[in-house]
Amino acid sequence: MQFWIIQGLNSLSLGGLLFLLSSGFSLIFGLMRLANLTHGAFFMLGTYFGATALRSFTGLNIWVTALGAGIAVAALGGLFERLVLTRLKTNPLGQVLVTLGMAFIISDACLALWGGDSIPVPTPSNLQAPTRIFGFVFPTYRLVLVGCAIAAAIALYFLIERTRLGAMIRAGVDDRQMARAVGIPVSNLFTIVFCLGAGIAGAGGVLGGPILSAYPGLDGDMLPLALIVVILGGIGSLLGAFVGSFIIGFIYTFGTALFPELAYIILFLPMIFVIAFRPQGLFGRAGA
Amino acid sequence: MTRIALAVLAVSLAILPFFAGDFYINLASQALIAAIFALSLNLLVGYGGMTSLGHASFLGVAAYISALMTTRYGMGHGLAAIVSIAGTTLMAAFFGLIALRATGLGFLMITLALSQVLWGLAYRMSDVTNGDNGITGLTRPMPFGVPLDNPASFYWFALIVAVFAFAMMAIFVSSSFGSTLKGVRDQPRRMAALGFNPWMIRWITFVYAGFWGGVSGLLYVYYHKYIHPTSLSTTSSAEALLGVIAGGSGTLGGPVVGATLVLLLKNYASAYVERWNMLLGLVFLFIVLVMPTGITPGLRKLVTSMRGGSR
Repeated sequence: MQFWIIQGLNSLSLGGLLFLLSSGFSLIFGLMRLANLTHGAFFMLGTYFGATALRSFTGLNIWVTALGAGIAVAALGGLFERLVLTRLKTNPLGQVLVTLGMAFIISDACLALWGGDSIPVPTPSNLQAPTRIFGFVFPTYRLVLVGCAIAAAIALYFLIERTRLGAMIRAGVDDRQMARAVGIPVSNLFTIVFCLGAGIAGAGGVLGGPILSAYPGLDGDMLPLALIVVILGGIGSLLGAFVGSFIIGFIYTFGTALFPELAYIILFLPMIFVIAFRPQGLFGRAGA
Repeated sequence: MTRIALAVLAVSLAILPFFAGDFYINLASQALIAAIFALSLNLLVGYGGMTSLGHASFLGVAAYISALMTTRYGMGHGLAAIVSIAGTTLMAAFFGLIALRATGLGFLMITLALSQVLWGLAYRMSDVTNGDNGITGLTRPMPFGVPLDNPASFYWFALIVAVFAFAMMAIFVSSSFGSTLKGVRDQPRRMAALGFNPWMIRWITFVYAGFWGGVSGLLYVYYHKYIHPTSLSTTSSAEALLGVIAGGSGTLGGPVVGATLVLLLKNYASAYVERWNMLLGLVFLFIVLVMPTGITPGLRKLVTSMRGGSR
């Protein structure tokens, strides 16, 4: 019983992390029609920033670190968007290729700066003691992480559905040209959304650090999971990213625990199913 | 003019081992393998408008099957090659069913996800694939009793296969089927209205490209006598895609030139710098920003403008 509950919680916390990664990916895709292959690298960069900060300054608050790393990664993303991606507005394939090139550059730079060994990230000391609920023992940090992902989901929901900025983003997603015609600064929105997506990924990387630790190849491990999540949930849909993240979180965690060698194949199955019967994804709109 | 140039090229390729050293012969063999691989990817990218970021799946899986069949199951090279190519083509047929549910960026993401899953499998299923250590101790085949262990004989073997592959792919794209493929790339709806089945045309091309990707994988594993999960990685797919785009996608000669350039760059650069992936990323940025149509079309434009100037 304890096994199932612990694995269930692990699934939820992985799902939460995947949401932090894939929500940004999905937002960027929805607005910019851009498959941002740098997203895994942004996440990894966040993890490395977090690892360095938290190991150098004991007692540094992980939330502050996540915020700082998120801003740093968002700034980097913004620069990349302004300097490179805007030049390729009419060339969507070129955009994907430069995000791929950027992913190579970042991951190789991380390897050069931090070396090939994995760097563990300390769990915040006030969250190290396990929590007991109904006689079951839970690692507190993972519980907090799930809460954090849910909070992020709610915040994003309000941002998109309830604010002026969100209304402009939705208008841009629905019809970019009409949005421009009525005076919405779509190019600025692109930068904002790209920064936002990169920032969430960077912050998520810090928060994922204590579970995953920072290692070369983390980007390559996370990016396909994010891709599968958004293919499953529907590209551009926040709700789809949320549901997809937890589905993949469960499948991957239980797959790894029960059939370690086949976990990757098991990951395939929901994706194939969805693509076969609902190519636009669970919550995606047809024609997206 | 072009005929003379082609004849000179063919002769110099054929007699290369007589005047080049072993290092250059080996480099040329690798270039031939990379060229077949890039040409097969170009069928998708250039002629089909399907940009795949998972083409290394076919190279890697063919190589792994051949390696496993010859070492673990003690199969002969001939049979192992047939099993390997058949298996890879079947996989392409299956992957095509999945990936071609989408087009454009969706297609790209699905091919990337599929190939990453295979890469993960090669790493994690270590009792089959030997994980990060890769599979060592492989041998080269002896077609018709000719050993391929010295560089020159392997080069000629690769050259024969490459010329055949080039011809087969050239016939494919210049056939009437190739024309419908280009039609589907440019105007899928009109082609559908004319009674063609765009999906089927794309799928057949995908399988055909997977087949030639498998052939290049077989040569790859014969050449290196070693296979490692990196052959399945995104880097490997991206190198080929860079070759195709740098050379000029949708041309026959472009991918050959591009793949050779990427290979040379990789070989020379790795002698001086440790960071190949970073260089690859920078070259990607450079090519996309500066020469989006590729080197071959760019050069051709240059040549025509020079001819126009001399007239």
